[in-house]
Amino acid sequence: MMDIPGLYNYWIVIVLMMTGFYVVIARGNLVKKIVGLNIFQTSVFILYITMGKVEGGTAPIVVEGADVIYSNPLPHVLILTAIVVGIATTALGLALIVRIKEAYGTVEEDEIFAKDESA
Amino acid sequence: MIAAHLPVLQIVVPLVAAPFCLLLRRGTWAWILSSIVCLAALVIAATLLSQVLESGPISYELGGWAPPWGIEYRVDVLNAFLLLIVSATGAIVLPYARRSVAHEIPESQHGGFYTALLLCFTGLLGVAITGDAFNLFVFLEISSLSSYVLIAMGRDRRALTAAFQYLVMGTIGATFIVIGIGLLYMATGTLNMADLGARLPAVGANRTVLAAFAFLTVGATLKLALFPLHFWLPNAYAYAPSVVTAFLAATATKVSIYILLRFFFTIFGPTFAAEDITLQRLVVPLAVIAVLVCSTVAIFQSNVKRMLAYSSIAQIGYMMIGIGFDTVTGLTAGIVHLFNHAATKGGLFLALGCVVLRIGSCQLDDLAGLGRRMPLTMFSFVLGGLSLIGVPLTAGFVSKWYLVQAAIEQDNWLVAVAILVGSLLAIIYVWRVVEVAYLRPAPEGTPAGGIEAPWSMLVPTWILIGASIYFGIETSLNVGVASAAARFLLGVAG
Repeated sequence: MMDIPGLYNYWIVIVLMMTGFYVVIARGNLVKKIVGLNIFQTSVFILYITMGKVEGGTAPIVVEGADVIYSNPLPHVLILTAIVVGIATTALGLALIVRIKEAYGTVEEDEIFAKDESA
Repeated sequence: MIAAHLPVLQIVVPLVAAPFCLLLRRGTWAWILSSIVCLAALVIAATLLSQVLESGPISYELGGWAPPWGIEYRVDVLNAFLLLIVSATGAIVLPYARRSVAHEIPESQHGGFYTALLLCFTGLLGVAITGDAFNLFVFLEISSLSSYVLIAMGRDRRALTAAFQYLVMGTIGATFIVIGIGLLYMATGTLNMADLGARLPAVGANRTVLAAFAFLTVGATLKLALFPLHFWLPNAYAYAPSVVTAFLAATATKVSIYILLRFFFTIFGPTFAAEDITLQRLVVPLAVIAVLVCSTVAIFQSNVKRMLAYSSIAQIGYMMIGIGFDTVTGLTAGIVHLFNHAATKGGLFLALGCVVLRIGSCQLDDLAGLGRRMPLTMFSFVLGGLSLIGVPLTAGFVSKWYLVQAAIEQDNWLVAVAILVGSLLAIIYVWRVVEVAYLRPAPEGTPAGGIEAPWSMLVPTWILIGASIYFGIETSLNVGVASAAARFLLGVAG
């Protein structure tokens, strides 16, 4: 449990995750929400990349004749897919914001609610 | 030859057809193509279900890589049933889509609309069929991303904010699911769900596994809109195009419930869910609150689509009560209700789509006198409403009957009473629509004569409403398959 430096990556993951999550919930600006969502997703990428690391392991490229420990490439490959999903989500979110801006003239959540209430 | 590849064809056919819809550009051709694809998917799903019922689970190795290393498509009773629900909804909704989409969505976007619909369809089928936990996440995101697009196509500008809100909530939910899957991979080193289920008991309930359970549960309940994580749903359903609302209401939340069932029962196993987490104390109270609160909120809605959306959250509550009981009767009730509600709510939203086509609104007050002007549409709405309430001889009655039985089995009278109170609340909100449509005269100056919806829309509506009556009388398919699936999940022989 006291191995804080050894678990450095995981602490970063938790800090990033909570930062992103907080921004998504607390900010009323839609663009900032998307940025928060991005940070939140990025923390998960780091989580996956970290778990693939094997202590003393090298890049998973076959070395002829030598007795080598390799890192686990599977989580890295998985997270490539998740990164693509993250990009698609961000792009779609930003596209929606453009349309919202066109329709409402603002990207602030409370102003949008106010306009819907008065409409 | 082809028969052996049915599981993968179920996914590949709609997936490949989707970009073609975009290339065809002309709305009619895209519509024809997607209709054919959905029908083909329905045939495949029906064949798969009959194969599974006959000879047990089917395992398909993608690319010839044996599980647990390769991705496996695994079809058993539960997900064959779900594939049938999703593809049948698709095949029924598409003939309807033509007129409704032409009315609600600008011509230039039709190609894109059918592309997104087919992608969503693919994603939902993929979630159901895959046996690999990470693959499940990818399919979930395919279906979610395309459903955000579909919802944003609604005419009202609030559709945009609803889609954005759903995007944020949905992404948080899906990311929670990835975190959970990652933690499980750390604990076991495998992603195949059956393999996970086999390895987890040896690992035991350590902190990583418990955290994974928490992340997966919260992520899936966000997606299926269990109270109090339901805030994205009412707006998304209310402002999406009518076809999209009907399709998503009948399939998306149901598939999310399936995800939860898989996590709870295939991966963690019924004893883990029951003993280490005490699922019942966690899920059942929330589900009961969902039934009572959302049924009450539904009564006060002035927009009928929104009213049905709140009713959906309440109905999800019923399913979760059944699942939370963690018994054969309870699970059977949950799965039967999943099927029955898909037919009923799909039919109701289709009926509302007919109303929107003719009068351009689904505000309660605008429905005045519609009972005379659109007799077939409104009568189908009444029948669907009866099934929603749970009147005998409708599908809604069958699922509530099993649910009350499951509650009484557990001596949980409070829950049994809550289910009945929920039905009483449903009577009130369904009656409000009936009263306005049948007992209130049409406003001054409306032209006399009927404005019945076209046949291409009435027939799909009546098929779904007819199903929700038929399966209330002839219950061998829905109850039979559901109880087989429940026993399979709980690992009880029989």
